[in-house]
Amino acid sequence: MIDAMELRSRTQELLATHPPATTDRLDFLGARFDAGLAWVHYPEGLGGLGAPRSLQAVVDAELEAVGAPDNDPRRIGIGLGMAAPTILGFGTEEQKRRYLRPLWTGEEVWCQLFSEPGAGSDLAALGTRAVRDGEEWVVNGQKVWTSSAHLARWAILIARTDPDVPKHRGITYFICDMTDPGVEVRPLRQITGEAEFNEVFLTDVRIPDSRRLGGIGDGWRVAQTTLMNERVSIGGMRLPREGGMIGPVAKTWRERPELRTHDLHQRLLKLWVEAEVARLTGERLRQQLVAGQPGYEGSGMKLSFARLNQEISGLEVELLGEEGLLYDDWTMRRPELVDFTGRDAGYRYLRSKGNSIEGGTSEVLLNIVAERVLGLPAEPRTDKDVAWKDLAR
Amino acid sequence: MTDLLYSEEEEALRAAVRDLLTDHCDAAGVIARSESDAPHDMELWKLLADGMGLAGLLVPEDRGGQGASHREAAVVLEELGRAVAPVPYLTSAVVATEALLACDDSAELLARLASGRTIGALAVALHLAPGAAFPAVRLEDGVLHGELTGIADASAADVLLVPADDGGLYAVERDAVTVVPQVSLDLTRPVARVRFEGAAGRRLGDAEPAARRALLSAAGLLASEQLGLADWSLTETVRYLKERKQFNRPVGGFQALKHRLAQLWLEVAGLRAAARGAADALATGEDVDVAVAVAQAYAAPVAVRAAEEALQLHGGIGMTWEHPVHLCLKRAKADSLAYGTAGAHRGALAELVDLQAP
Repeated sequence: MIDAMELRSRTQELLATHPPATTDRLDFLGARFDAGLAWVHYPEGLGGLGAPRSLQAVVDAELEAVGAPDNDPRRIGIGLGMAAPTILGFGTEEQKRRYLRPLWTGEEVWCQLFSEPGAGSDLAALGTRAVRDGEEWVVNGQKVWTSSAHLARWAILIARTDPDVPKHRGITYFICDMTDPGVEVRPLRQITGEAEFNEVFLTDVRIPDSRRLGGIGDGWRVAQTTLMNERVSIGGMRLPREGGMIGPVAKTWRERPELRTHDLHQRLLKLWVEAEVARLTGERLRQQLVAGQPGYEGSGMKLSFARLNQEISGLEVELLGEEGLLYDDWTMRRPELVDFTGRDAGYRYLRSKGNSIEGGTSEVLLNIVAERVLGLPAEPRTDKDVAWKDLAR
Repeated sequence: MTDLLYSEEEEALRAAVRDLLTDHCDAAGVIARSESDAPHDMELWKLLADGMGLAGLLVPEDRGGQGASHREAAVVLEELGRAVAPVPYLTSAVVATEALLACDDSAELLARLASGRTIGALAVALHLAPGAAFPAVRLEDGVLHGELTGIADASAADVLLVPADDGGLYAVERDAVTVVPQVSLDLTRPVARVRFEGAAGRRLGDAEPAARRALLSAAGLLASEQLGLADWSLTETVRYLKERKQFNRPVGGFQALKHRLAQLWLEVAGLRAAARGAADALATGEDVDVAVAVAQAYAAPVAVRAAEEALQLHGGIGMTWEHPVHLCLKRAKADSLAYGTAGAHRGALAELVDLQAP
């Protein structure tokens, strides 16, 4: 088994053969991948060394210390967090070799074609059709809430390949080429004024069967891997005290005593405590994961942060008084990166409304906690044994 | 870095205490005892203190204790909270013990408390927060005069630790005073008036630092008791709602109730992190004031709501004297006042983290 000392020496070797100061950024990242130091828990030859995941921090610290370039993980979050684990779990050897390296270096950006206008919480009801045509599939349909679609080279896509069986069974998982002429990306403007997401229209998009991930009709199971990783990445950020949405409002409170009222003071303290407890709960979850203890708190983290972000940013707008009536800029833009705490209070207030919808609505997550954590009876299902084509819509 | 988990040893301690409570502290017995002349279960106390050595967890080994820490005491309190056990653990093994640990001249009494054979009570009203002003009795001609009220578990105590108006903390034996039980909201941790009519006392040290240390530790560890109460309320309600059938289906299958229970679970998970944070801070001495204030500002509303939800979701049976949910509700509500309300602790935080009032 590879240990921390071995990783340190391999990292130093990489730095010696590819000095970051004189090596092209992508060349350095490629060499890092080839040395197995990209994600050390991945298998050898695929950017890893089969080492424990916790040892990644050793490599990252060594590289950070000398200011080596990173792969700008925030820009390629969907590739790293969702596409990669799915490709690793279900891809063929050929697929893994073709896609993982440029995915990790950031040469190729990925997006996710899952949600549809008619399939939100009930994602398995999706209607985008993929019809077999020889060695290819022909895809038609509409996807929505696709971040990075306008930058992406590839997409992970789930589509209906069999409408005659119940909805969970007739789905297949594909890798879609976003440069196909049948792919049309349109920005989707949000209540914040900007377009962080896109709508994607698929018209006779042709996907070779070699870009299928997993078996025909097995797409729902494959998608579970993707979605599980999404929830971990949304709720699992590590924060210092006052590190989240509470930070800016606490700062304003300290710097502008003229804005303070007794009512706001009580509400601020209450939210400060709740934010600190949410932070501790997240920290406890991380400690459990490190100790190899299964923890259920993860399912709850996203619920807590969604509510807190909304309440805290709402309080912040009130605290600002006359300034709370203003908004920094309604200009339609397509930001490459999304920072929930970026921009002004009005933006934070509006953007955080999405936190209880994206990546599983709070209502669905409460069902998940009730059923999987507390073991309460599942919702009555009327859709389980009905062919997809016969579902109410 | 704060350790928010339970160690293997702590889990083993939990299992041992839970086993003992399962055998010796059933709800029906607690309910029956609560209206008797002896609300405290002294046999259970002997098993916990003598048998398991739990009264001396916070006392170093060279002073007659177990040399453990607040982390272990917190685990014990979680379990005692789950059972709403009528024993003076928090008041004697935590509060009185911490007060003695802050005094110079207390070695002999400390060892007696650590053994569990003597029960102590700090004569400061239960609702007072760490740092709050507290009443003292008059010291005249070397003896104590006056009356103190709201003293938790005074009726079980062998010795009272009493603040006097000279700034000292005095040890007063139980037979030197008159203890008058008050009819208490929480019958499992009853409060009493204590009258001093020329009571002899022995000066142990200064009252203010002793009370501050004792109440800070009590407030921090109370969060673990509240966690136990909340966890029992949630677990028991989930269990019942899986069994209880109305409209030809388990009541726990209705989404309105599932969401309420899931929400409660989230809050209990938060309370667990906050309570472990406070216990660990007390054990290490790092960031104690903030960790305790955060835990207490969060714990009481969660524990009370958990008990209130348990009562409501049990329906009619939850309103009966026979069902244990009222033990939990009364303890949770009394705990929401104990060692400072959530609001008092939020007020402390305003200073501690520099979020000043207008």
